[in-house]
Amino acid sequence: MSKQLLLGDEAIAQAALDAGLSGVYAYPGTPSTEITEYIQTAPAPEKEKIHSRWATNEKTAMEAALGMSFVGKRALVCMKHVGMNVAADCFINSAVTGVKGGLIVVAADDPSMHSSQNEQDSRFYGDFALIPMYEPSNQQEAYDMAYNGFAFSEKIGEPVLLRMVTRLAHSRSGVERKAQQPQNGISFSDDPRQFILLPGNARKRYKVLLERQAEFIEASENSPYNKYIDGPNKKMGIIACGIGYNYLMENYPEGCEYPVLKIGQYPLPKKQLLRLAEECEEILVLEDGQPFVEKQLKGYLGIGIKVKGRLDGTLTPDGELNPDKVARCVGKENPSEFGVPAIVEMRPPALCEGCGHRDMYTVLTQVLKEEYPDHKVFSDIGCYTLGANAPFNAIHSCVDMGASITMAKGASDGGLHPAVAVIGDSTFTHSGMTGLLDCVNENANVTIVISDNETTAMTGGQDSAGTGRLEAICAGIGVAPEHIRVVVPLKKNYEEMKQVIREEIDYHGVSVIIPRRECIQTLARKKRNK
Amino acid sequence: MKKDIILSGVGGQGILSIATVIGKAALKDGLYMKQAEVHGMSQRGGDVQSNLRISDRPIASDLIPSGRCDLIISLEPMEGLRYLPYLSSEGWLVTNENPFVNIPNYPAEADIKAELEKLPHKIVLDVDKVAKEAGSARVANIVLLGATVPFLGIDYEKIQTSIREIFERKGEAVVEMNLRALAAGKEIAEKLM
Repeated sequence: MSKQLLLGDEAIAQAALDAGLSGVYAYPGTPSTEITEYIQTAPAPEKEKIHSRWATNEKTAMEAALGMSFVGKRALVCMKHVGMNVAADCFINSAVTGVKGGLIVVAADDPSMHSSQNEQDSRFYGDFALIPMYEPSNQQEAYDMAYNGFAFSEKIGEPVLLRMVTRLAHSRSGVERKAQQPQNGISFSDDPRQFILLPGNARKRYKVLLERQAEFIEASENSPYNKYIDGPNKKMGIIACGIGYNYLMENYPEGCEYPVLKIGQYPLPKKQLLRLAEECEEILVLEDGQPFVEKQLKGYLGIGIKVKGRLDGTLTPDGELNPDKVARCVGKENPSEFGVPAIVEMRPPALCEGCGHRDMYTVLTQVLKEEYPDHKVFSDIGCYTLGANAPFNAIHSCVDMGASITMAKGASDGGLHPAVAVIGDSTFTHSGMTGLLDCVNENANVTIVISDNETTAMTGGQDSAGTGRLEAICAGIGVAPEHIRVVVPLKKNYEEMKQVIREEIDYHGVSVIIPRRECIQTLARKKRNK
Repeated sequence: MKKDIILSGVGGQGILSIATVIGKAALKDGLYMKQAEVHGMSQRGGDVQSNLRISDRPIASDLIPSGRCDLIISLEPMEGLRYLPYLSSEGWLVTNENPFVNIPNYPAEADIKAELEKLPHKIVLDVDKVAKEAGSARVANIVLLGATVPFLGIDYEKIQTSIREIFERKGEAVVEMNLRALAAGKEIAEKLM
């Protein structure tokens, strides 16, 4: 069978389609976005019966996927690592309910935070939920794990977490596909109370989950993704998780002199781990992300078997792995012939020329600087976060999805005036609406700017859930219609925009200002595809 | 046989399209391939890079180790310099000479030229001028690709076929323009070597 060139993300998507997927549920988030986009554009024969539209946020995505699993069909949920924080309520409880149709949750982590606020490690979530996890080391493994993962999920009656990282999600290589499976038909659990988590029943379900743990460890011990490769030099044993294995083997093209335990499935395989610990003097852990495995082995006191990794200075505690860092761990060096010339400067991303956010920030900062020298602007996650940099230097916070509105409210509760929030349209429907309800219920003194470019821009221009309905949503939540102000962010409207901002700041209640102009990238793409 | 290639440029210049052409051609030769790129924020006028690895043996790391890169292909001169620590002593830098100035502290053009001059193996050319002569500024990235042909270790014919396949749905005129651009870049590189 000939190989197809696929990104790690695309391999997962193709595998899900080949395994009889009935629905993918997701919110855009780098580096997971491409999974859903691939399924949306794939010419699968039953494509029209596979759900693939974007969800409003990761929680609604996770819940809808669980609903599809409830009726016996196979579902895939995709998100970036911080998306797991949004999906967590359902995710953790889905392990207690268990599943009917196979359910795979893909968490795409971002070590080194190429496009994220942090580098949290989603393997902690799988461990927290007490379910098995997969961590592929290459594109073929990503395919195989997703393809076989649905059947595994159905066999154990639990969701499975598939953990990706940026460097695999966004890397292409040849992948061999497997045979097409049909979708499942509708069927229900034999236990009509399985999904009811009233305490009486939840305690029973939890016991079931706990009893399954031994089965999960055995599955890991027999897993084709966990490999014990013996080596003659027992001074050190190396545990290499996911793509950490690639970086290790890059430095040993003829084979590693130390015994290596490649990890691709969790919980950790006890048998193989014991063997490594007994035969070797010390253990080096190579894992991308946080010291998830290293911590378990080392224990809090670090007495017992010597474990080297991110906690003892062998590797830096932060930042992604790469072949050079791993080389140094095993006493090798990849020397450079040339250095970076001193004249080379950083070239950070910036708002596109012609972007409506630019006009909004130009006007907003002018008004605030003139009239409120101590002003603070609470912002959020999207292209407009780039307003933090020169030439705008416009914002003072960006923490998590929707936090702009609620932080502004909290600051206002503390006496700050004006308390200004800047949020995008997609972020607003993702998790700004509930914060706005809080503001309305308390008639908070906040000025909220929803900078509406009618898309989810930073991730590549996906649908935005509330396009065309933002005014109605705000009015429905209870914002006074005369304090919902729509403007078009263009130079010719600057004076009008400034006047609106001044008026709404002077109004000591909930104001929503909506500067609206379509993203120039999505506009250009629409024109190109006409 | 192995070729480790870093492609670099500014978001929006078309650097990743070059990787697609090379990758397609390499697959035809039955070679192993890995191509890693960084998406997301890079689109917004920030620096973009891709690691492209081709080999007749299975490839382990998606990322190229320091000092092992055989070829840096850059659509922007400062972006080419950024990856010098990866370049091997025998490696080549093939770069566009025209700066893309979208930051306030962009270095002086003379300084960039001086750094490029220091390198033992480089090809520096004005891909934008050559592209316009071939028919459109938009094929600048293919001109650059042409200039790397002497160093790629992949048959010229396979690259031409790759371009034909990628652009055929845009019509014969577009295919021909891209092939002209490819040939023009190749000719310049051969003259400069």
